[in-house]
Amino acid sequence: MHRFLQAVLWRDLTLAARRRGDWLIAQFFFVMVASLFPLGVGPEPQMLARIGPGVLWVAATLASLLSLSRLFADDHRDGSLEHMLLSSGPTVLLVLGKSLAHWLIYGIPLLVIAPVLGLQFNLPTDAIVTLEISLLLGTPILSLLGGVGAALTLGLRGGGILLTLLILPLYVPALIFGAGAVDGVMAGTGAEAHLSLLGAFLVLSFMIAPWIAAAALRVSLE
Amino acid sequence: MTTSLLSVHDLACTRGDRLLFKGLNFTVRAGELLLVQGGNGQGKTSLLRLLTGLARPEAGEVHWRGASITGQRAAYHAEMMYLGHANGVKDDLNPVENLRFAEGLQGRAFNPGLATAMLERMGLSRCLDLPCRVLSFGQRRRVALAALLLAGATLWILDEPLTGLDVHAVALMEELIRDHLLAGGLVVATTHQALNLEGIPVQRLLVGNVAIPGPA
Repeated sequence: MHRFLQAVLWRDLTLAARRRGDWLIAQFFFVMVASLFPLGVGPEPQMLARIGPGVLWVAATLASLLSLSRLFADDHRDGSLEHMLLSSGPTVLLVLGKSLAHWLIYGIPLLVIAPVLGLQFNLPTDAIVTLEISLLLGTPILSLLGGVGAALTLGLRGGGILLTLLILPLYVPALIFGAGAVDGVMAGTGAEAHLSLLGAFLVLSFMIAPWIAAAALRVSLE
Repeated sequence: MTTSLLSVHDLACTRGDRLLFKGLNFTVRAGELLLVQGGNGQGKTSLLRLLTGLARPEAGEVHWRGASITGQRAAYHAEMMYLGHANGVKDDLNPVENLRFAEGLQGRAFNPGLATAMLERMGLSRCLDLPCRVLSFGQRRRVALAALLLAGATLWILDEPLTGLDVHAVALMEELIRDHLLAGGLVVATTHQALNLEGIPVQRLLVGNVAIPGPA
């Protein structure tokens, strides 16, 4: 069972290392979306610091969506998804492994880039630290819930758009608590409440999302 | 008399509104080959997917070692290998890495020497470190077959295994199937090409209602 999870992780990480172009696109997308806002709303420092947390969080959710449509689709196309479902390992573990790989590949880089973008939005240091903590708790939620959407829309025509419509509403709690935590620090009310709720939401997604995604995967492949 | 390992009881399958077949019963014993025949669109692939457990039947049950496969998924899948239309070979990995992943999926330790030997047996000794992207369709098929061999499963479910293979590979495939059957394995296969398997008990099953002249 341990070996199965390891095999799934190793494979997805190797494949991502072989296709660095796809990986870079997601990171550039994050930077681009976040950089468009200062250009659009004007360069007032107070204004930027006010919208900064929300903009960075929205950009992070969109960047994670961009890569999610291919979470299972590539493996479905070349038949390896069937092989994975027909292996002796449980499907839940397969989904969990792929979501974890997605977070390592696409979530962690967001954590690295976000502080730099935070400076661009004139966020104070303590707000940037809170932004990092909220993204650390929040980005795994995006990968886990995204797995459900990717499994549900597998093999559908126009699945990418449908995935966006299905999953964005589910991202709303993470967005509210994530951006709210940073706002809380800047307003002086503290971030603990928001971060606790974000953590609770992470635990909930971790326990439920892989099961739903596994069931959806079986239905999609039937 | 050897016991029947794989048996099918009253199986029915529908695709959309269309009934493909119903009331299908057969058993496959150790060392037996079941050749599923029928025209295009008659439900051969659907039947194989029911046997693998990927699809669920409209009615009836598939039994492995006397018990329904739905209750023993992991145990059944550990003894069964399926080769479908798609090869399940990753384009960005080389053949050895592909086998390494296939073994990891089954929870087994990877033996690089054995994997290389299998790939060499399939005639891929010159492509071991090339990404599968640059291999031809037939070569990728051979990688998938090497994975099948390496898995050492009892039951092989092969959907058109000869597609894209040259004459040498077809001869090799016949030899592999014969060896597997003589070692007490089971094979369920669909093919439009004639298989040359002398001395092997072959069961033929016609799926669908349109009779086609089968190979003698």
